[in-house]
Amino acid sequence: MDPLWLARLQFASTTIFHYFFVPMSIGLALIIAIMQTMYVVKDDEKYKRMTKFWGTLFLINFAVGVVTGILQEFQFGMNWSTYSRFVGDVFGPSLAIEGLLAFFMESTFIGLWVFGWDRLSKRVHLLSVWLVSIGTILSAFWILSANSFMQSPVGYEVVDGRAQMANFWEIIANPQLWVQFPHVLTSAFATGAFLIAGVSAWKISKKQDVDMFKRSFKISIIVAAISSLFILVTGHNQAQNLVETQPMKLAAAEALWEHSEDPAPFTVIAGINSDEKTNDWSLDIPYVLSLLSYNKFSGSLQGLNELQDQYVEKYGPGDYIPHVPTIFWSFRAMVVSGTLMLMVAIYGWYAARKDNLEKHPRFLKLMVWAIALPFIGNTVGWIVTELGRQPWVVFGVMKTEDAVSPSVTANEVLFSLVTFNLLYAILGAVMVYLFVKHIKKDSTKKKETPMTTDPFSKEGTEIVSQ
Amino acid sequence: MSLNELWFLLIAVLFAGFFVLEGFDFGVGTVARFLGKDDIEKRVYINTIGPFWDANEVWLITAGGAMFAAFPHWYATMFSGFYIPLVFMLLALIIRGVAFEFRSKVENKKWRNMWDWGIFIGSSLPPILWGVVLANFMTGMPIDQDKEMVGGFIQFLHPFALLGGVMFLFVCIVHGLQFITLKTEGELQERARKVAKKLAPVTLILVLLFAIVGFIKTDIFTYHGNLWIILPILTWVTLLLGAILNNKKRDGWAFTMTSLTILLLSASIFIGMFPRVMISSINEAYSLTVYNAASGAYTLKVMSIASLVLLPFVLGYQIWSYYIFRKRVTKKDVTY
Repeated sequence: MDPLWLARLQFASTTIFHYFFVPMSIGLALIIAIMQTMYVVKDDEKYKRMTKFWGTLFLINFAVGVVTGILQEFQFGMNWSTYSRFVGDVFGPSLAIEGLLAFFMESTFIGLWVFGWDRLSKRVHLLSVWLVSIGTILSAFWILSANSFMQSPVGYEVVDGRAQMANFWEIIANPQLWVQFPHVLTSAFATGAFLIAGVSAWKISKKQDVDMFKRSFKISIIVAAISSLFILVTGHNQAQNLVETQPMKLAAAEALWEHSEDPAPFTVIAGINSDEKTNDWSLDIPYVLSLLSYNKFSGSLQGLNELQDQYVEKYGPGDYIPHVPTIFWSFRAMVVSGTLMLMVAIYGWYAARKDNLEKHPRFLKLMVWAIALPFIGNTVGWIVTELGRQPWVVFGVMKTEDAVSPSVTANEVLFSLVTFNLLYAILGAVMVYLFVKHIKKDSTKKKETPMTTDPFSKEGTEIVSQ
Repeated sequence: MSLNELWFLLIAVLFAGFFVLEGFDFGVGTVARFLGKDDIEKRVYINTIGPFWDANEVWLITAGGAMFAAFPHWYATMFSGFYIPLVFMLLALIIRGVAFEFRSKVENKKWRNMWDWGIFIGSSLPPILWGVVLANFMTGMPIDQDKEMVGGFIQFLHPFALLGGVMFLFVCIVHGLQFITLKTEGELQERARKVAKKLAPVTLILVLLFAIVGFIKTDIFTYHGNLWIILPILTWVTLLLGAILNNKKRDGWAFTMTSLTILLLSASIFIGMFPRVMISSINEAYSLTVYNAASGAYTLKVMSIASLVLLPFVLGYQIWSYYIFRKRVTKKDVTY
């Protein structure tokens, strides 16, 4: 087997798996910090219970996010050593600063938060959870500054066959970063918010601790609605940025093979024929692509085939068209999930304001399913971003095929691919099990019947002060 | 001091800090399952490192990031070259990290036993692998003129490397036991002290053997002159002092000594490597150095400013966290 493909598969599976947990952590940390703030301000024990209930989910999730993150950082050197040698100058500092600024803060203050309920003053303890939240946000910023360099390299010059940093501020001011970061951040907030809203909806429908979960629902649905709105706005900004920086990715997302008409229509769905480099059929809405790209009813866009010709001229012979069907359909899945999120969240906010959630059993059920929406959006969003950049690893500068480790054999990559994915599968299953277990536990009932050893239990459970 | 030298020093400090800090939580993780007689006792042992292990691990992540930024070739050669050992190390660290979190979530003996094994394997395998890596740092590795490591992973497992692995595991265990004596009381504390006492002679012999074989086989301990041999000697002496102080129940001092042991061991290896960062066993000229493996001067400058601004805060709140959790962990306050 080809080590390049195995390494790419490894990167894809690790990133996708890791990115289930990261946005959940960012979102949950923020909302838990808000909840704990309400506890401290209102001095109402209900908010403390709330903070602890969601805190447990947050910690289970955070643990998996952290450990898979180590692999995420190390695999650049392990599988992509040529890439690491080439971009280390520019790419490495972002990772190092992420560690110094964000990871240390997160990990230290999460320890203080978990073990510090009785050892810290209320305010310092509250500060700890906010610092965890700020840490997760800073971490997102720095890793995206690295990713933005791959999408739209700035602030560097190639010296002796290596990219060298020429201007640090340009890397931080990368326009790509400033459209990508808000988009990723608000999606992450929404991911945590929809999880809390969905679980709360389930709890309300089961009539468990209804008052607390209604409050949880209200807090999270506000975050969900505001975030979802921003996701659409920032997503739109990001797509407009592509017109300038990566027209090929945008053309692939639209399955636009030839130069568009002026004004350009938006293709809703299409039968993509990658072999013939054309669409067999398509459903178009006139004007809309021009409107989306330029905020006006005119203007045309470059197509895949003409960009291919331009790139051959600029970068030499090669296939510069990414996998169009994957990007086209992923892009649509992303837009649909984002739009649904906004609709569901606005309705939820409205229902929560009216305080008659119990009267909407179907909507509560829908909210449970809606937990999946941000996860779908996050995953396909990254697929568009990363696959849409191919064949480049650093756009216009280095190709993915030139980036792998020459000293690592296919068997070695295969071994790590299989073992890590097995472990991911186990971790994923355990995590879902623990989540469901924690969510199903009716905390209001626990007080009536104190925990005892079940003498008939075959598992031999025992009393432990947990 | 040039910035290249400063960054070598910073990365060495990050690694040494990682070994000292994560060293004791590796040790605690290795012994907790055997030292604790019931679930609550095991939890007490685990909770001694509960608030700290995650932040300790960040020392490694930051060391990795700093290598990537300051010495991309070092990062690339080392991480692709030690591919298989790193896979095992990452698997171990993943299992360990989730095990700490997962074990308390279900009240079931089998469940807890399973994650306790996870903590044991996840805590004992990484120090062995780091010992192997450090020994290979000393002997050098087959690095060709393109800065690529050639040959399979079996070559890393020579007898000296295996000795390094076992030695480092034992040092971490003793270091961890010493941390337990500092963080617990009563019977739980005495038990750790007794085991530390039992393991002290073996550990002293292992470190001595490692130092002697290292002295004969490699140039590390005397690369900058014969006087530097003082470092491995002090490594051994501090370990001995740690054992003596442990017997005298001077726990704070004993832990200080084992911390110094790991610090001096790291220092003796990193100083002996300098200015090389990866020694080539094929041809000395192919070795990676702080000069030919480094980033451009601009990157080093930016990174220097960033870390000089950030490091004081990081150290400040980490020390503060140890201060907050300075009290000994008892059975009464096992709440998590």
